[in-house]
Amino acid sequence: MSKVAPELQYSAEHEWISTDGSSPSTIGVSAVAADALGDIVYVDLPEVGATVTAGEPCGEIESTKSVSDLYAPVTGEVTEVNTAAVDDPAVINSDPYGAGWLFKVAVESEGPLLTAAEYAAANGGEL
Amino acid sequence: MTENHTALYGEHQKAGASFTDFGGWQMPLKYSSELAEHHAVRNAAGLFDLSHMGEVWVSGPDAAAFLDYALAGKLSAVAVGKAKYSLICNADGGIIDDLISYRRSDDKYLVVPNAGNAATVAALLAERAAGFDVRVQDVSGETSLIAVQGPNAEAILLTLVPAGQHPLVKELKYYAAVEVGITVGGTVHELLLARTGYTGEDGFEIYLPNADAPALWQALLASGTAHGLIPAGLAARDSLRLEAGMPLYGNELSLDGHPYAAGLGPVVSLAKESDFVGRAALAAIKESGEGTTTGRKLVGLKGVGRRAARGHYPVLKDGVVIGEVTSGQPSPTLGYPVALAYVDVAHAEPGTLLDVDLRGKAEPFEVVALPFYRRQK
Repeated sequence: MSKVAPELQYSAEHEWISTDGSSPSTIGVSAVAADALGDIVYVDLPEVGATVTAGEPCGEIESTKSVSDLYAPVTGEVTEVNTAAVDDPAVINSDPYGAGWLFKVAVESEGPLLTAAEYAAANGGEL
Repeated sequence: MTENHTALYGEHQKAGASFTDFGGWQMPLKYSSELAEHHAVRNAAGLFDLSHMGEVWVSGPDAAAFLDYALAGKLSAVAVGKAKYSLICNADGGIIDDLISYRRSDDKYLVVPNAGNAATVAALLAERAAGFDVRVQDVSGETSLIAVQGPNAEAILLTLVPAGQHPLVKELKYYAAVEVGITVGGTVHELLLARTGYTGEDGFEIYLPNADAPALWQALLASGTAHGLIPAGLAARDSLRLEAGMPLYGNELSLDGHPYAAGLGPVVSLAKESDFVGRAALAAIKESGEGTTTGRKLVGLKGVGRRAARGHYPVLKDGVVIGEVTSGQPSPTLGYPVALAYVDVAHAEPGTLLDVDLRGKAEPFEVVALPFYRRQK
């Protein structure tokens, strides 16, 4: 069963966001989503300086067998993107909560977020 | 929809497979990484459970004449021991299924339809058999099919075949089959071994009774591991066949389509003397040029960028829809997106630049000759 990192919060669209109080916040996709997508081969991220809006698509993630939109879990300006994950998207599968992070946002407001326990319960993940 | 399990379902569970519904069957989609499974088949070997495929024996004095009538190809011309790719069409020339038929003797053939069409094909064959001295016997439910595909497939097979029969395996030609002794659970079983596949690599398919399937699966894995063999799921099977430019029923082939537009004109034998189901309609389609000189035909598309086209995406020329993608994904072997699409014949020449509407954004693709990938021999 796919891992759900307990220290993070999650959107219903399977993004995670760091909640250690630091700003900007780091955003990625959950292992549940990465496993469901299969081997990720392409990721399209918002550009640094762009403003993303909570609940709206801001990029896409493509695997060998499917493609899905990447949703912003928060509203704010993108301060950094993980170019290493763009160059080698396999890291999103192998380390979704670590080296496979996607982008950072200076958070203005949050969309609806789930705790790790709530997300795991809703998506069959394992804490 | 019922969800059938193959005799190897337990093996897949043990191996940690994730499953998908395919043609009414719960089949392994992947075991770990579909990319790793894809590359294993290209570079070493992959082990596939294809037991969801159908198996129908056609036997009797009229077997050859009957299949000439029931199928679009000339099955009577197939030599004993050889196999032939064919189509079963309706009276309108629509494609009911694509299938492989193995001629096992003068009066006996094994016909292998796709999983989702197996019951339909078996019933149609029985129906079309009226007036012919043949017996149509659907053994899909009791027959398993295990494939070993990849450059190391032969070496792996030989580990389970008695030395005296090695020449039978080594000399077996592509699209041919032979009964060969294969060691399963400590005893040698005479099994039907075919040099066929759906991956674009060398490989074998082994037909056997359900009861023996788990033991053969385990034996192949045990002796194949040293040759790089890993189990491979339907995700890898799909990316492998797409690179090899092979059509998938339900994507490229359908009742609404016909063989000529799908590039399968050579599979239809209008030259055979006897009548066959769909003959008049197919002759008229060929005469009209539909799918060859007018209308749409199946082509290969190569992505210029990194984003992949997917099934049902519109194909554009100067912003006008001139076709539709039937299958597409990033090619693991080639490193760029590949797709199959039906496009207007005016834009079907290799080298033509087209766009695919990728969720609202036009991305450039080039028409290329098929297959995308051809193995080095």
